[in-house]
Amino acid sequence: MTTKLNIKVNEHVSAVSAAPDTPLLYVLADELALKGPRFGCGLAQCGSCSVLVDGVETRACVTPVASVQGKSVTTLEGLPAWYARQHKLPQAPAMHPLQQALIDEQALQCGYCYNGMIIKGAELLARNAAPSDAQIRQAMNGHLCRCGTYPRILRAISRAAAVIAGERT
Amino acid sequence: MSRTARLPALPRREFLKAGGALLVGFQLQPAFGTSPARKTPERGSVAGPPDPKQIDTWLAIHADNTATLYIGFVELGQGSTTALLQVAAEELDLDMEQIRTATVDTNVTPNQGGTYSSAAIQRGRPQVALAAAEARGALLERAAQRLGSSVEQLQVNKGRVSVLGHERPSVSYGELVGEKPFGLAFSGTAKLKSIDRYRLVGKPIARRDMAAKVTARHSYIQHLRLPRMLHGRVVRPRGQAAYGAGAKILSLEESSIAHIAGARVLRRGDFLGVVAPREWDAVRAAQQLKVSWEQPPKLPGSDSLHEAMQADKSQEQVALERGNLASGFTGAARSVVAKCYGPYQAHVPFAPNCALADVRDDAALVICSSQDVYNARRSLAGLLNLPLEKVRVQYGEGAGTFGHSCYDDAAQAAALLSQLAQAPVRLQFMRWDEHGWDTYGPAHVGEVRAAATADGRLCAYEYHGWQHGWSLVDTSAQLSGVAAAEWPPSPVQGVNPLAAGGMYDIPNIKLVNHRLPGLNYLRGAWLRSPLDLSFCFASEQVIDQLARDLRMDPYQFRRINIKDERWRGVLDAVASGAGWATRTSAPRMNDAGVVRGRGIGLGTHLVSYGAAVADVEVNVRSGVVRITHLYGAIDAGAVVNPGNVESQITGQLVQTASRLLKEEVTFDEARVTSLDWASYPILRFEECPDITPIVVQRLDQRSTGAGEETMAAAAGAIANAFFDATGVRMTRYPLTPSRVLAALAERGR
Ligand code: FES
Ligand code: FES
Repeated sequence: MTTKLNIKVNEHVSAVSAAPDTPLLYVLADELALKGPRFGCGLAQCGSCSVLVDGVETRACVTPVASVQGKSVTTLEGLPAWYARQHKLPQAPAMHPLQQALIDEQALQCGYCYNGMIIKGAELLARNAAPSDAQIRQAMNGHLCRCGTYPRILRAISRAAAVIAGERT
Repeated sequence: MSRTARLPALPRREFLKAGGALLVGFQLQPAFGTSPARKTPERGSVAGPPDPKQIDTWLAIHADNTATLYIGFVELGQGSTTALLQVAAEELDLDMEQIRTATVDTNVTPNQGGTYSSAAIQRGRPQVALAAAEARGALLERAAQRLGSSVEQLQVNKGRVSVLGHERPSVSYGELVGEKPFGLAFSGTAKLKSIDRYRLVGKPIARRDMAAKVTARHSYIQHLRLPRMLHGRVVRPRGQAAYGAGAKILSLEESSIAHIAGARVLRRGDFLGVVAPREWDAVRAAQQLKVSWEQPPKLPGSDSLHEAMQADKSQEQVALERGNLASGFTGAARSVVAKCYGPYQAHVPFAPNCALADVRDDAALVICSSQDVYNARRSLAGLLNLPLEKVRVQYGEGAGTFGHSCYDDAAQAAALLSQLAQAPVRLQFMRWDEHGWDTYGPAHVGEVRAAATADGRLCAYEYHGWQHGWSLVDTSAQLSGVAAAEWPPSPVQGVNPLAAGGMYDIPNIKLVNHRLPGLNYLRGAWLRSPLDLSFCFASEQVIDQLARDLRMDPYQFRRINIKDERWRGVLDAVASGAGWATRTSAPRMNDAGVVRGRGIGLGTHLVSYGAAVADVEVNVRSGVVRITHLYGAIDAGAVVNPGNVESQITGQLVQTASRLLKEEVTFDEARVTSLDWASYPILRFEECPDITPIVVQRLDQRSTGAGEETMAAAAGAIANAFFDATGVRMTRYPLTPSRVLAALAERGR
């Protein structure tokens, strides 16, 4: 049964109509027309659909939309603003430092998996400002890339950590 | 009937922005005005392919002094679009910012054949360079008239033409042509720029699509929406049976989804699907629809697959024969024999395939991720029973596909559902559809025998390969009633000399295919570097073993058996990049039970030259193999964009590590059982080796493919590194812990 729900996405409260058990992913993609979270497996196995729910990386493909009521959802679209709030910047940058670092490393191949890579990487950098290579690999291990771009993502996360550290000092 | 009256009514595509979502709209309308006087139809308004013998087919110059390059190759995430733009901008003397490409579309872009076998650069570069150079010539002639000078006296800077040594007066390409067509035949005889004047070719120009992709501004095909469309899902058994068996509907209870508002069941033959206005409703309906299937248990099962393949009737065909094998073996000091086994492996793009279709009574638009839109159009026209020129196919970029994944199947499914529903449909495969109904890279049994003289010269080599070919009919078409059929035999479906001994100078060599009846096995198609991983896994281990038996360094042994300068060059490049040194002592085990080894391998797909070095660690207690470092070198002639090629090598090597260590399609007698990332695991971050890509640049050579040409070599290098660490030859991959432990136990290690 379709019902009306209010969900907060990228700091904006939207009224959506969906069956309460609808996975959040379909609401974000179809009702709110967001292009960050995207379908990859629907089974919580790949990380394609990742969003932040109250700052915690969450698989939108298995998260019922009703369960995020009263919480704050951040998608890739809202990540620079989320970063600005974390770091008390006066305004949102065009990109999160990790997004820029991925371009600087020319990391992408098809780039489809990068929604999840960026969301997870940003979550990690918010928790651990200077992660070691092993810590990065461990944090990212639940995110797959079929094109095999892992080595460049690893470099980009380290690069972004250095950039963030530089901004702070 | 006049010529214009017969021109088809065809869809025109337009983009509408609505709430941030990209809507792709199109309407059926006459191709162009009824006036027969107008000679040049608007680009895209008539069915293609446009005439490749016209400059206008390839290039348009706009009033703002920018250009559009029309190429028939699709972007698969390999950056070849950037490289082809570099080629065109180089000849035209434009900056990269002044040139772009158009969406691949059967109404718009030329038919250059499919984007296969790393073809975009190899086949695309000469065509694009010649067209651009010829266009430049025509532009300069016009400029010479305008400026009252001769063509030889002109210079071009960013599309602005002036007399040599003077900035002014000048005239831009845009002013010379505006939006107007060239109206020139493409002779293909223009003189190309000399290498010493290259500004762009050979430079690692950054890809321009990345900013939009990391900020979610880019639209993948999965993001496209059509006005008033329905969401569609296919309903199939979880996992395919033997190709020839297909799947038959025994019973169907349409009422089982009556509780899902708006969901409809659609069927043609055994092709079954559901549509609903809301996506989640389509997903639920597909899962809850009660249907029972007949899938006769005719498969051998993945555990007995290789025995069944060898016991089966096969068609024998000699792929290559040179010299006299018998006398070659007679004169040998050492010979080595091995039989090796490769699994079925899947393409499984990170995003399951998606397609959109709007099929009307008299015309159709299909947006899909086919690597060959003209071929897709042909199969769709047949399936929809529409004339070819009434079907328009556009490319939409999805996730990396690595060969023939289910993109044609998805296009057909979307088209069938749209025709049956009489509404536009967006079809998205679920994860199990893609994993379970892929056209897999075929399994392989390879038997190699090779011999060398006492001074280390390879003197005889024989390879027998058992495999089936590729399936011609995609799943949706087959289920809807088209009989399954295989591709006719072709060299690329069989033993590849450049991954099976042909890199070396061997006077007596014979390569034999044993083609199996594909209808009795799983669906097959080309998977990045088709079959080559299996060939090199077998062949390069045998070459390696000969070197060891002769107490020679495996790199030096290969080196003295190569005459071809480019094969030797690529081998030297990887050896020096990896700091290869002859091993002087046996590997030692550490306290954790880990032994380390290093191996080298050589081989490629159809073109270019590939070599690799692998470093591995084997835990002899757990059986876990870790690849710690892969070095891959490629000689692909003139490399237009070395940055892209380094990125490609990185992907190739990571994927080879994944395929050698983890990937295997499993099935029982009835159907495929590896249906997702849990049952078909691929390499993860924690398992990812360090990667060193090495590009051998040869600007004076023609450009050849670089999308898959280090994978065969890397497969050989990994197998040889495992032996170097353990003293045990693995005969079957993937090198899973249980398989490794069994092999170690068998040799008493
Ligand atoms: S789509 Fe959600 S984890 Fe794969
Ligand atoms: S870049 Fe293609 S899946 Fe990661």
